[in-house]
Amino acid sequence: MALLEIKDLHARIGDREILKGINLTVNAGEVHAIMGPNGSGKSTLAQVLSGREMYVVTGGEVIYNGKDLLDLSPEDRAREGIFLAFQYPVEIPGVSNMYFLKAALNTIRKHHGLEELDAMDFIELVKEKMKIMKMDQALLNRPVNTGFSGGEKKRNEIFQMAVLEPKLAVLDETDSGLDIDALRVVAGGVNAMRSPERAMIVVTHYQRLLSEIVPDFVHVLAEGRIVKSGGKELALELEAEGYADLYDEREAVGKV
Amino acid sequence: MSESTNTIETFANQEYKWGFVTEIEADAIPRGLSEDVVRLISAKKEEPEWLLEWRLKAYRHWLTLKEPEWANVSFPKIDYQDIIYYSSPKAKGDGPKSLDEVDPELLKTYEKLGIPLQERAILAGVAVDAVFDSVSVATTFKGKLKEQGIIFGSFSEAVKEHPDLVRKYLGSVVPASDNFFAALNSAVFSDGSFCYVPKGVKCPMELSTYFRINAKDTGQFERTLIVADEGATVSYLEGCTAPMRDTNQLHAAVVELVALDNAQIKYSTVQNWYPGDKEGKGGIYNFVTKRGACRGVNSKISWTQVETGSAITWKYPSCILQGDNSVGEFYSVALTNNYQQADTGTKMIHIGKNTTSTIVSKGISAGHGQNTYRGGVKILKSATGARNYSQCDSLLLGDKCGAHTFPYLEVRNTSAQVEHEASTSKIGEDQIFYCRQRGISTEDAVSMIVHGFCKEVFRELPMEFAVEAQKLLGVSLEGSVG
Repeated sequence: MALLEIKDLHARIGDREILKGINLTVNAGEVHAIMGPNGSGKSTLAQVLSGREMYVVTGGEVIYNGKDLLDLSPEDRAREGIFLAFQYPVEIPGVSNMYFLKAALNTIRKHHGLEELDAMDFIELVKEKMKIMKMDQALLNRPVNTGFSGGEKKRNEIFQMAVLEPKLAVLDETDSGLDIDALRVVAGGVNAMRSPERAMIVVTHYQRLLSEIVPDFVHVLAEGRIVKSGGKELALELEAEGYADLYDEREAVGKV
Repeated sequence: MSESTNTIETFANQEYKWGFVTEIEADAIPRGLSEDVVRLISAKKEEPEWLLEWRLKAYRHWLTLKEPEWANVSFPKIDYQDIIYYSSPKAKGDGPKSLDEVDPELLKTYEKLGIPLQERAILAGVAVDAVFDSVSVATTFKGKLKEQGIIFGSFSEAVKEHPDLVRKYLGSVVPASDNFFAALNSAVFSDGSFCYVPKGVKCPMELSTYFRINAKDTGQFERTLIVADEGATVSYLEGCTAPMRDTNQLHAAVVELVALDNAQIKYSTVQNWYPGDKEGKGGIYNFVTKRGACRGVNSKISWTQVETGSAITWKYPSCILQGDNSVGEFYSVALTNNYQQADTGTKMIHIGKNTTSTIVSKGISAGHGQNTYRGGVKILKSATGARNYSQCDSLLLGDKCGAHTFPYLEVRNTSAQVEHEASTSKIGEDQIFYCRQRGISTEDAVSMIVHGFCKEVFRELPMEFAVEAQKLLGVSLEGSVG
């Protein structure tokens, strides 16, 4: 059984329909890249999967781990193992990163009938993950994302993912705003998380992330639909030829 | 029928809805206020002549005063002739007979606050005879204090047993003529707490009114007087995190603190009176005058308050820094949800040399709540080397609430240092979603963010109180987001 099955998914924000029939199957252990031009619906897909309420699903279904995903609240999706690495991680002044992450981990553990971790056990657990992400201990004590640089925010997202160990990670433009060194650290963290039990959906505009996180499948999203799917080499093609051809192709077959 | 009767009646009806039986008490005096009523109250309490005179003087002065209108709150006019100014301690049969008769919503709140079962009954006003063993707890507690020479008990008791102390300090910080509500309180105060800590004694435990909640119905015009003699230290906790049932709509309390040389008083409050319903009907008007005098050198008075209840809060715990090197502190969290209004803050009056004051105010507004910080820092000519630091932060939840800040500053000594910082922020939908995406529920997310916002104030609360206060904020904000 597939971990995630998206069938003919339609979604809108306000009056604007953004997703116009997405079909996608993701199995455990796979990494899928979603590429596409600005405004094609990549981020919308990521947000819809995580349950953002401003996006209204108008049709289709999403089955995750045998459950109707669209029926679950955002927090229940998270507890069931869906993690969204935000394109713009949110600042929460006054709440320490460590406190926040411990609260998150413990709600998820509780959901699965596991014992909650105390501060000591928690520190033990995060030490290892911090090394992988080259995270400074000081970042743990600072308020969530508050005053973090762009690179620190993105690193913090992947660090959270490493601690929360999701089944399905959705990375929304994790490469945006990163220089090449920061990109490598972040990608290294993501690669360390790849496992046969875990699937990832990597949403990106550029190929450069995909030479660091090499996907098993690449899908091209344009105007709310997946217009092309292939292996990792599709990303390279797009890099060489750009997205413009996609429109030309579709115009040629009168799809617009 | 006047508007205020209307409001009071609405409130009374609510009580009825919740299964309370409102009967006219046998030992209640007629509505309204007059010299005779003041005399009657004093007589019923078997007070000495000087106290009656004091009350009468206050009453006569009150007649010349007008209700203050400068606060940033609005409410229907109070009809002072429509209030019953004295009623004897509640008779059995007045309240619900058992917890089964109490509003389940209220019980749910108690449960969320983690209040022990037996205490829930007391708080809900269930008529119980000798409730569990709190009586014996209180007795042991009093014995311990007595060994150290600490006097702690009800105000009426103190008037009888320690008239000289009461007479010396009563009205010495908040004169009977101070303001409209203080004058009213001075004329008709029902009861309250009195505490005296003798020279050099460090009070071995936190003093709490909680120990007396079932002892007496302190009523709506409470009077508290705390005196720390030279070198004495005391920490006093007022109130309780549980929403107390109370049929009185107007509360006009007075609290006076006196710290002599090298003495320290820490006064912590959690106020959670009935705030009114979601539409803003009913609720307590909490008009309180609280002031501390740092009379001696190196003395210190610290106010910490968490205000989440009441329909209207009007309250400015202040410090008169008279002794050289004395220290005044004010840490406050005020929360207004639904249609609650709060106009609160402090006044720091620097008179002595090298006096220091710190003000940290955190206002949280949700629903249609209106939250005002009003603070005054006054540095007199004599206060060489005085310093003040003020910080007022406002947090908004939603877009129908309001936060207002009115800092007043008066500096008459050029050597003074005064700092003021202010900020306003809003809990955003994106913050909540970020938390939810990490598995944290909306309720927990709000509570986490609000707690982060209030951290500096909670740190000042005695440990147990801080935990309760945090839970209380969470409960008070339920349903305010999303």
